[in-house]
Amino acid sequence: MPKLTIDDLKKIRDDSRKELYLREGNYRGKVIVHMGTCGIAAGAREIVNALLDEFDKRKLTDIMFTTSGCAGLCSEEPMITVEIEGAAPVKYRKLTPDKAKRIFNEHIIGGKVITDFVLGVGSERVG
Amino acid sequence: MAEKKRIELMVCTGTGCFAGGAYQIIDELKKELELFGLKEEVTVVATGCNGFCGQGPLMVVLPDNIFYGWLETKDIHHLVEEHFLKGRPVKKLMFIPPEQKEPLPLISDIPFFKKQLLIVLRNKGIIDPEKITDYIARDGYLAISKVLSSMNPIDVVNEILKSGLRGRGGAGFPTGRKWQVASQQSKSPKYLIANCDEGDPGAYMDRSVLESDPHSVIEGMTIAGYAIGSTNGFIYVRTEYPLAIKRMRIAIEQAQEYGLLGKNILGTNFNFEIEIREGSGAFVCGEETSLIHSIEGNIPEPRQRPPFPAQEGLWGCPTVINNVETLANVPVIISRGADWFSNIGTETSKGTKIFSLVGKINNTGLIEVPMGITLREVVYEIGGGIPKDKKFKAVQTGGPSGGCIPAELLDSPIDFESLQKAGSMMGSGGMIVMDEDTCVVDVAKFFIQFTNDESCGKCVSCRDGSDALLEVLTRISNGEGMDGDVEFLTELAESVKDASMCGLGQTLPNPVLSTIRYFKEEYEAHIKEKRCPALVCRNLIEYYIDPNKCVGCLLCIKTCPTEAIKGESKHIHIIDQEKCSKCGQCMEVCPPKISAILKITGKDINNMVQLTELISCKEWKKEHEPAHS
Ligand SMILES: Cc1cc2nc3c(=O)[nH]c(=O)nc-3n(C[C@H](O)[C@H](O)[C@H](O)COP(=O)(O)O)c2cc1C
Repeated sequence: MPKLTIDDLKKIRDDSRKELYLREGNYRGKVIVHMGTCGIAAGAREIVNALLDEFDKRKLTDIMFTTSGCAGLCSEEPMITVEIEGAAPVKYRKLTPDKAKRIFNEHIIGGKVITDFVLGVGSERVG
Repeated sequence: MAEKKRIELMVCTGTGCFAGGAYQIIDELKKELELFGLKEEVTVVATGCNGFCGQGPLMVVLPDNIFYGWLETKDIHHLVEEHFLKGRPVKKLMFIPPEQKEPLPLISDIPFFKKQLLIVLRNKGIIDPEKITDYIARDGYLAISKVLSSMNPIDVVNEILKSGLRGRGGAGFPTGRKWQVASQQSKSPKYLIANCDEGDPGAYMDRSVLESDPHSVIEGMTIAGYAIGSTNGFIYVRTEYPLAIKRMRIAIEQAQEYGLLGKNILGTNFNFEIEIREGSGAFVCGEETSLIHSIEGNIPEPRQRPPFPAQEGLWGCPTVINNVETLANVPVIISRGADWFSNIGTETSKGTKIFSLVGKINNTGLIEVPMGITLREVVYEIGGGIPKDKKFKAVQTGGPSGGCIPAELLDSPIDFESLQKAGSMMGSGGMIVMDEDTCVVDVAKFFIQFTNDESCGKCVSCRDGSDALLEVLTRISNGEGMDGDVEFLTELAESVKDASMCGLGQTLPNPVLSTIRYFKEEYEAHIKEKRCPALVCRNLIEYYIDPNKCVGCLLCIKTCPTEAIKGESKHIHIIDQEKCSKCGQCMEVCPPKISAILKITGKDINNMVQLTELISCKEWKKEHEPAHS
């Protein structure tokens, strides 16, 4: 491999940093796929795959992707919650991979809640 | 590469976790992730030492920041399914603070981590130490770029001077001063040495730096080389550190491949090479002049200074020798500036210090804290206090060259001057916590035994002086102490200090002097009353079976390895003191609700009723039952 110059080094830094984004922890929001037994049975895995494909396509690194347990409304699964900094969390219900992709592009990237798929806005209070 | 990664598992593979089976955990994780089809979404990263060694094998789950400890391969299937597939973190693998019931899921909530400040260990657990790109991603090698593109050697020396950085190898000599002296020498070539001998018992800070972030040391060395005008560096590592050596070797190769070591670094005309030299692990080899002799292939004995190595070192040439931790600070100081660095810490001690926190402490591990933090914060907040609610007695800092600091000084800040004033020293950063069951005479004896073994023998004062100290301490702990022993020890200790040539002899009396200073009454108890208050010194204690409690169950008789206990079923057992080896196993097997076996010392030994004849428990009770009124 040819010897590096300072500019090469900075480029390697920028490229490698993308690899490490999960460790840096600079997020403006997160998307949670509910993966209780009910969610998985209803197809939550496909939702995960669809979303991760979109993350990859867009090289999005400022939104944390995570999974969590059952959201408590098993009949509405598969569900996801989208939390963007400064806005109330939004829960989406009865998703398909296509709906998930639309949420990704219109809400997470575009900032517009897709009201048709929404189950509710806000979350339970923690007592 | 398809970027589907959503979770990273940062599995600690420092030496402790490695020994605890970290790589078996990694294999199991990979197997299970494959099984659940999560291989691409969830990746496993082998990191250097996380620091919370008492919880190993362990991992941190990112980006959620969840900490799991005491992992076993049998937990992994459940963990992968519950957390990584279903998103439900597994409580039973989380850290539960001592004396509490609820686990703390987030690493940021665990007090052990919360009070730390990471400068040297900034990349620990975040990067894969065997991947140079991970280091670069975290701004690695930007400091050397800055140096080579915009600073003269003298600017670098001045920046380090201004930062107030002091050597982390023990004595706390200002690093900038040392570099300045070397840079002003006209003789060439000049050499740079990173000291990773780390001979203090219980210390593993430097090993951990090499294991978790080897490139930070390479970068620090390269900057130092540029500053003093050297093109050759050595890393002196003890051969007992195979993992550190392996990672360093990989790091050097990668840096060479990237043109960050070797000729024309980063396209400039600066050249710098690094070689690893393995030492065979003698304490005295950590002393700079001995270390230099060792690299030269000579007997590692120290020599008189001056001339200092910065004037006349390796093969007679100007040589800067710095501790590994000192050097790992350098890239950060260059990148973030001397002003930033000198704002951390106290007036005279800047930055942070890594300590290995061991001994009688709940949270054993490796910590990096700002200078000026108090001992109390370290012991009780980061360390989580003393196990089993025992009382804190002292903390030994500075290893065999340091001293014991008692409870009344727990609120003093940790910096070079305060520790010295307390009769101890910073040393390289070992911190051994002692509870009420620790005997200070025994501790002093332990350290003198160590330095006596490790003395190279060149100076009479160190060689024979440590012999004499050991002899008196042994006598005292054997119950043969005499009036005047404490005064004799003090006088002898002072002369060993004064008459020895190198730091080994000059500091070896510290454990004796500091324990006499703070715990004189304990020495007196050993000498005058033949009593060991902490019940440690074997010749001063006896195990004794309380006839009022013994039920004659035979358990202790079956356990005793020297057949020193006689008795029959339902008869009171009796220990034959002549045969007893004081191993204490009888006390451990005696059922807790009976607790018939006592450990006694001093006057108590004579005050106990000594049975000679076997007597049944029933009969004893009849004779001794207190009359009911
Ligand atoms: C007996 C003895 C053992 C020592 N062991 C070490 C050691 O293991 N590591 C170390 O860095 N310094 C050790 N030192 C201190 C070194 O002599 C030297 O001062 C130090 O490496 C300088 O680096 P610094 O200025 O960065 O602290 C030891 C000193 C003595 C007297």
